[in-house]
Amino acid sequence: MSSRTLFDKVWDLHTVRTLPSGQSQVFIGLHMIHEVTSPQAFADLRLKGLKVPFPERSVATVDHIVPTENQARPYADGLAEEMMVAIDKNCREFGIRLFQPGSGKQGVVHIIAPEQGLTQPGMTVACGDSHTATHGAFGAIAFGIGTSQVRDVLATQTLSMSRLKVRKIQVDGQLKPGVYAKDVILHILRKLTAKGGVGFAYEFAGSTFSAMSMEERMTVCNMAIEGGARCGYVNPDQVTFDYLKGREYAPKAEHWDKAVAWWKSIASDADAVFDDVKTFKTEDIEPTVTWGISPDHGIGVGESIPAKESFAKDEWATIDEAYQYMDLKAGQPIAGVAIDVAFIGSCTNGRISDLREAARVITLHGGKVNAKVKAFIVPGSEAVKVVAEAEGLDKVFTAHGFEWRNAGCSMCLAMNPDKLQGRQVSASSSNRNFKGRQGSPSGRTLLMSPAMVAIAALEGKVSDVRTVLAKAAKG
Amino acid sequence: MNEIKTITGRAIPVVGNDIDTDRIIPARFLRCVTFDGLGEHAFEDDRKQLTAQGKTHAFDDKRFTGASVLVVNSNFGCGSSREHAPQAIAKWGIKAIVGVSYSEIFFGNCVAMGLPCLRVAVADSEAIQAVVTKDPAVQVSVDVDKLEVRAGNQTWKAQMGDGHRKQFLTGQWDATAELVAGVEQVKATAQKLPYVSAFA
Ligand code: SF4
Repeated sequence: MSSRTLFDKVWDLHTVRTLPSGQSQVFIGLHMIHEVTSPQAFADLRLKGLKVPFPERSVATVDHIVPTENQARPYADGLAEEMMVAIDKNCREFGIRLFQPGSGKQGVVHIIAPEQGLTQPGMTVACGDSHTATHGAFGAIAFGIGTSQVRDVLATQTLSMSRLKVRKIQVDGQLKPGVYAKDVILHILRKLTAKGGVGFAYEFAGSTFSAMSMEERMTVCNMAIEGGARCGYVNPDQVTFDYLKGREYAPKAEHWDKAVAWWKSIASDADAVFDDVKTFKTEDIEPTVTWGISPDHGIGVGESIPAKESFAKDEWATIDEAYQYMDLKAGQPIAGVAIDVAFIGSCTNGRISDLREAARVITLHGGKVNAKVKAFIVPGSEAVKVVAEAEGLDKVFTAHGFEWRNAGCSMCLAMNPDKLQGRQVSASSSNRNFKGRQGSPSGRTLLMSPAMVAIAALEGKVSDVRTVLAKAAKG
Repeated sequence: MNEIKTITGRAIPVVGNDIDTDRIIPARFLRCVTFDGLGEHAFEDDRKQLTAQGKTHAFDDKRFTGASVLVVNSNFGCGSSREHAPQAIAKWGIKAIVGVSYSEIFFGNCVAMGLPCLRVAVADSEAIQAVVTKDPAVQVSVDVDKLEVRAGNQTWKAQMGDGHRKQFLTGQWDATAELVAGVEQVKATAQKLPYVSAFA
């Protein structure tokens, strides 16, 4: 059969059978577990007397509640400590690998699995976390699930699911200086809205994605979920294979060629048929900043807060709510909006290339973190931290007034001590600007690329990273 | 099997599009190892914010205490995959949700919990909200079989995918037993996957 998408091929290969309900029973090749969405699933296994038939296909770590400053156990937060104890006990009892802090392999779940070579093309990947979409960067079908489904995967290595439609998101052209993968996905979200992708898997195709590194592709796929898509993927290619080669859990030498041949075979056919196609050009993409309370509320850094009338009518109430919550008015430029906190990290932008670029623009700028701003940088994993320190990035950051932390989710969702206070405004490289997301019920979040966060920290306000890059280019 | 056909009870409206799971249950309440006790924290920050403005969130409005049908608008439950969100709603006492659309993960979580989410037209979600706001005592029926919502002498057409509808009607929303039953076929499927058998 030809004319098939990667989604079709992977889905069909993993379909065990059609359930009496009409849903498909789908095999899950890689299941990742973290401390927040798993304890109730394990409790339910015990209650129902269920076993874990494929413990080697699950891998666990701790990220959401882990403090990024003082990691000494027991944690100051008793509830967090209780969750740490629970995941350790659960993984031991059911024979599941757990990457603990200090192991060198701990970090945000969506950063460590690719880093260890666990995520591979053609797999189905599930995790009790919506940003599981990240792993689609490898040409995997990767989606977030809830706790009851975590239990189902543990008990059977399968899920009951219905097939998705596939929308091709075609982006062509070279990214302009100062425009990053983050801007590409924020731009797509802005155009297709936060719910435009419901019912779809997104295939990211075109020269822009082909030219991206794996880390950039992960940034894009990570936020597919913010567009309502259940998952997003990029077809595997040489960039994918080069990234995987030699990683700890990647196929070993004698199997490598076989693996690559199969990976190539599961990519979408040249004449694959899609349910929908949307096209974008990089020349239209600017450094993008969100001004509102949904990740699709993004605008170019040179633009002003949009008028309510530029949105569909059923969005107006949300837009009014966003103006009020963010304390911003239509027509006001986003550049110049003062910030209190700057956060670089998360599964969207906590990888080594993100930190390198942040360090580069900080050095080009040359200044120090604005006196009114608290700025901190959180590597996405212990391994990222090791590399960053070996390259001296931590020294760059601290010399310019940024704090340098340990790996974890940190202020992406603030289930740990890193939180906004009161009405503080943060410039954040994370993925969600929902009300209260960063730990204060009234705190405000502006999403942007890590380079833009770095410059915002130095300037104390939203600023265009291209100004810094242009000055440096003139030298 | 626990079949779910019709849920009848009083209804509670939560108005607004794109109400994300961070708002349904703020992240700080995810620091827990059981879902018990989540019900009282449903919509906690939204509730506090409205109270501070001298207004009342439906979940704080005594007239809606004891309601079992939640009436919402578009893209309800977007954002995080946390099952804590539908669990908080269910623990509060909700047994069915009626709205224009739901995020997929939220919807999937609700299916796995046996909490049916029916879809209605935009105008109908607003109409049902208006009816129950005016008369919080009115009995609302959410009929998964006939795919309709009824209150007083009014009826609204509702939608739900056929597969999911069948799951509720037959009690197969609780998929675990069925999935476990397929274990031999699961092993066979796994063996055919190159990354399991050929180059693991
Ligand atoms: S970094 Fe943020 S989005 Fe990613 S897994 Fe952690 S909390 Fe979720």
